[in-house]
Amino acid sequence: MKVLVPVKRVLDYNVKVRVKTDQSGVDLANVKMAMNPFDEIAVEEAVRLKEKGVVTEIVAVSIGVAQCEAILRTALAMGADRGILVQTEDDLEPLAVAKVLKAVAGEETPDVILMGKQAIDGDNNATGQMLSALLDWPQATFASKVEISGGEALVTREVDGGLQTLGVTLPAVITTDLRLNEPRYASLPNIMKAKKKPLDTKALADCGVDTAARLSVVKVTEPPKRSAGIKVASADELVANLKSAGVL
Amino acid sequence: MAVLVIADHDGAHLRDTTLKTIAAAQKLSSDIDVLVYGEASAVAAQAAAAEGVRKVLTAESAELKADIAEAISALIVSVAGGYDVVAVPATASGKNFAPRVAAVLDVAIISDVVEVVDASTFVHPIYAGNALETVKTSDAKRVITVRPTAFKAVAASGGSASVEGVAVPAVTLKTRFVSDEKVVSDRPELGSAKVIVSGGRALGSADEFKGVLEPLADKLGAAVGASRAAVDAGYAPNDYQVGQTGKVVAPNLYIAIGISGAIQHLAGMKDSKVIVAINKDPEAPIFQIADYGLVEDYKTAIPALTKALG
Ligand SMILES: Cc1cc2nc3c(=O)[nH]c(=O)nc-3n(C[C@H](O)[C@H](O)[C@H](O)COP(=O)(O)OP(=O)(O)OC[C@H]3O[C@@H](n4cnc5c(N)ncnc54)[C@H](O)[C@@H]3O)c2cc1C
Ligand SMILES: Cc1cc2nc3c(=O)[nH]c(=O)nc-3n(C[C@H](O)[C@H](O)[C@H](O)COP(=O)(O)OP(=O)(O)OC[C@H]3O[C@@H](n4cnc5c(N)ncnc54)[C@H](O)[C@@H]3O)c2cc1C
Repeated sequence: MKVLVPVKRVLDYNVKVRVKTDQSGVDLANVKMAMNPFDEIAVEEAVRLKEKGVVTEIVAVSIGVAQCEAILRTALAMGADRGILVQTEDDLEPLAVAKVLKAVAGEETPDVILMGKQAIDGDNNATGQMLSALLDWPQATFASKVEISGGEALVTREVDGGLQTLGVTLPAVITTDLRLNEPRYASLPNIMKAKKKPLDTKALADCGVDTAARLSVVKVTEPPKRSAGIKVASADELVANLKSAGVL
Repeated sequence: MAVLVIADHDGAHLRDTTLKTIAAAQKLSSDIDVLVYGEASAVAAQAAAAEGVRKVLTAESAELKADIAEAISALIVSVAGGYDVVAVPATASGKNFAPRVAAVLDVAIISDVVEVVDASTFVHPIYAGNALETVKTSDAKRVITVRPTAFKAVAASGGSASVEGVAVPAVTLKTRFVSDEKVVSDRPELGSAKVIVSGGRALGSADEFKGVLEPLADKLGAAVGASRAAVDAGYAPNDYQVGQTGKVVAPNLYIAIGISGAIQHLAGMKDSKVIVAINKDPEAPIFQIADYGLVEDYKTAIPALTKALG
């Protein structure tokens, strides 16, 4: 069984985001970039499925600039077998990413596509669902538990009000939620080994899909800032203040 | 121009997320229809009574009731021809099917809309709400998810829309519903609560989380929320999580107890009207955005607060 894991290069989640003064976007010059945390969870899950003997091959794919190679190497160091970089300077929208991933899936014919539910930059929470619709494969999003047997994945999902379990016939698209697992740190020997694992680079144009932007950015601004209020000395003082603020 | 709003409901009640999405739709057009799928009969009447609704469409099937994304998106696509905009409340359920609708229609999805600038221009948060992006779409049809906390609900009564059933398209599903494990609670839902009491890692155990926060929440008629750390540690169920990757809330009063104030948490609650932080560390970042801060151990502060509320 083969798993395809799309991994995205994003701003490290610890980095403080600064909006550019010309309102053209977020300042990404010289800031630390990392693998999207939800994608780390997806890689980890694929590696665990391989360790259990359910999965035989893990292919990681990233779409973006040349530096995405570092993110793919991280996936390889965690246990993925092969990497594919679809190189482009363009910032693709979820629909375009989904179309590219569909083309990659057409070539790779995976049984499962395991990916993040959301990228922490765009926060769209959309690509997996779009990919599932385009491929006409079933989807199981926001997974907190995945079990694969007999051509079906049983997926427990984090939904409004609790949990839902679905059975999806493979091939399927599964997106990860935070509680699926805790990703491992790659060990030094594995980081060294990852340098020798195969990594193919291809140009976006070779995918033969229309990735033209549908959205144009009018501006990017900072949200209104909240400022610190006052410190109170006791619970009684707190209640008095909340009463005069009219919220009790 | 016509807008189709997809109703969020629990089979008996229309949630106010729907009324807020209708409010967002009103910024686009006065021709607003509401689609109620699943167990529709009781809810359709409520949707028909909502302010500003032209027509209510209903569709029922077992798959729709089970909230299977493939079935819902096929239904929406089958009626989308008559609309310029499909507006979906940005709940976990809405986010599950809305991008599929956009993909099938071959249009962009615009997620978590917090402001409607004009018919094709929308504002939405990116980077955990640290930036607001205004985007203009070139697509003729638009699919948006609406962040309910950013809009004021339309009135739940006064309207008198007609109700009509629509055919459920046949889809060969490759998805099988297995089970639901819903948390039953008498408390208000996080998304619509006026007051939220939220606990963090400091609480240390599920028993402590319950034992300390529930009496306070009972006093205040509040919903209970949690940080990711508290949910990951098993102190609280997953759907309590407030934040970038959990629920986004904006109550009148948000009380954060033993929560440090990581940006991912702030992304889910910083639009609350009044924020209270109770934390024993005076340097905790949560104090930088709190209207009222109490530097104290929760073990003494919460019982005292519960008592002070009378
Ligand atoms: C430097 C930079 C600047 C940008 N500026 C803008 C801008 O100004 N306006 C704008 O509209 N967009 C911009 N984007 C694009 C935007 O941030 C999102 O990347 C894009 O809209 C995709 O949405 P998402 O990542 O939120 O998708 P989601 O649907 O949240 O992603 C879900 C999952 O899809 C997969 N995935 C997504 N993208 C990739 C990828 N490239 N490679 C592999 N897997 C992937 C991952 O598994 C991810 O977890 C920018 C992107 C970058 C990198
Ligand atoms: C991809 C990603 C997504 C995330 N999404 C979310 C999200 O949606 N929501 C979210 O909340 N987090 C999210 N996080 C996690 C976030 O970064 C923080 O780790 C988390 O919010 C911390 O939770 P906490 O404040 O409860 O714990 P901590 O940061 O450990 O804070 C505990 C606080 O309790 C205080 N304390 C300890 N003992 C006491 C006491 N006796 N009395 C009073 N105070 C005490 C401490 O001073 C401290 O400030 C996400 C992280 C990532 C990487």
